Amino acid sequence: MTATAAPHSIASLHSAFASRETSATAVVETCLARIAAEDPRIHAFLSVNREFAVAQAAHADALAAAGGPLPPLAGVPFGIKDVLTLEGFPATAGSRILEGYNPPYTATAVRKLADAGAVFLGKLNCDEFAMGSSNENSAYGPVHNPHALDRVPGGSSGGSAAAVAAGMAVATLGTDTGGSIRQPASFCGVVGVLPTYGRVSRYGLIAFASSLDRVGPFAANVRDAATVLGVIAGHDPMDATSSPLPVPDYTADLDRGVRSMKLGVPAEYFAEGLDPEVRASVEGAIEKLRVAGAEIVPISLPHTRYAIPAYYVIATAEASSNLARFDGVRYGLRAPQSDTLAAMYRRTRDLGFGAEVKRRILLGTYVLSHGYYDAYYRKAQQVRRLLTDDFLAAFRQVDAILTPTAPTPAFRIGEKSDDPVAMYLADIYTVTANLAGICGLSVPCGKSRDGLPIGLQILGRHFDESTIFRVGQAVESL
Amino acid sequence: MSDAERVSLDDVRRVAELANLDLTPDEQSRMRRDLNAILDHVAQLAELDTAQISPMAQVSEVLAAPAETAPEKLSVLRDDLPTPCLPRDRVMSSAPESDGTYFKVPKVIER
Repeated sequence: MTATAAPHSIASLHSAFASRETSATAVVETCLARIAAEDPRIHAFLSVNREFAVAQAAHADALAAAGGPLPPLAGVPFGIKDVLTLEGFPATAGSRILEGYNPPYTATAVRKLADAGAVFLGKLNCDEFAMGSSNENSAYGPVHNPHALDRVPGGSSGGSAAAVAAGMAVATLGTDTGGSIRQPASFCGVVGVLPTYGRVSRYGLIAFASSLDRVGPFAANVRDAATVLGVIAGHDPMDATSSPLPVPDYTADLDRGVRSMKLGVPAEYFAEGLDPEVRASVEGAIEKLRVAGAEIVPISLPHTRYAIPAYYVIATAEASSNLARFDGVRYGLRAPQSDTLAAMYRRTRDLGFGAEVKRRILLGTYVLSHGYYDAYYRKAQQVRRLLTDDFLAAFRQVDAILTPTAPTPAFRIGEKSDDPVAMYLADIYTVTANLAGICGLSVPCGKSRDGLPIGLQILGRHFDESTIFRVGQAVESL
Repeated sequence: MSDAERVSLDDVRRVAELANLDLTPDEQSRMRRDLNAILDHVAQLAELDTAQISPMAQVSEVLAAPAETAPEKLSVLRDDLPTPCLPRDRVMSSAPESDGTYFKVPKVIER
């Protein structure tokens, strides 16, 4: 890679601002130059708004010049996954059906970043409507993994992971419905956070599966990820499922280590199908945590093998309902020259949706349809409770759970794109946390012989992000 | 359910109609193949006896709140009170076709 990477952690940026070593304007110019140099090969950004970013950076510099305390993210360059709205910026959700849509409002998580002084470089590429595990389903073309351009960055938040990995942004927002933050974080060698369901508002997130969708950060290190989550978390009256629980300071206990913590290792996540290099890296990280003083406890999550089928029934059922709103009437694309309303609906949706989105709408409609509801949808919801009860029982025994984030390192572009079941199995270790509502974190824990990053997944109790950050920090410093 | 093919071409067409999707003949046969492959994988759910298990639709219902939490904080849903919404002109400006007050659409009923 050529142009200077946006280096930096949030803390180092802020001390450099304070000592006048650099300015927010200089940092945003570095990022924009980096995007111009690197992104033609990576394709993480769907839109870049230079004027807006430069104006926000100037505002941060004015605050610094005034000498007052800086807001927590002042002058920190961010990218936003294109399923989250930012008023005045296009929001495509990676789909042609939202081409040209300019949302009239800003997502709560994005507004909170802006209020904390963040600078927005642009919107990030993703699988269409966040449906995918490789970013190959974007209507605007795939994202390439910065560590190996012939490989996928993971999905669906592939652009969000690649932008941090390539040093084009200091941190980004992504979304995770079945692994879409953690799996690309693993593939790109960055930190990705799945917050507890209800911890971060979903207002302004273009919905895929509402009982599973989360908004969370990507960053280059655990401390930055914890800082960003602290900013975007909290109650929001605009999201009826948002939790009123107070938001702790996630950075307060980061360095307390893992001594006498109980960390569970579930046998089911180390079974057939796990790549030997991933196994070795993850087991190596677990051994280091043991040496650092954690008690490693073998546990069982017996219903794990039913997670993928239950997930794909529930997620597609919710998607078929959520995506009914894209009909050419209120926003985005409308197929021209339709004689009737019904024909306009069908032609608009045929033109606007890609193959994977159609596949999931059809599957979701099928499992909800008369005669199949009990066999598929109701059954999957019952299995969802069994999977959740597995975790609730495990968390009575341990403080956090350690697993691989994904069964393999990043695979090649095109390798699984013709086989939906093989693609769905890329999410085998991540969908469980979405179904159960618990929090999770992916932190880098090594590389394959080919130099591909490998991620360790740390799962925590509902609303216990502080513990998983502490474990993540320990892994990072080992 | 039998192990015979679960989804026929007719099923694909019926579901596509319910979902307001036009599919080409190529897409129909591709979707039949994919839906059958996915549902074959889903079929393993039938191995589990779930007769006594209540379905779980969302997460909030299982979040056991700490005992000291005040009862009003336990409410999963917000109060249903009217609040101001987005200004009409900003919303209507996103519409493919509008007269500023209403969304315009092709005719609804064929005569």
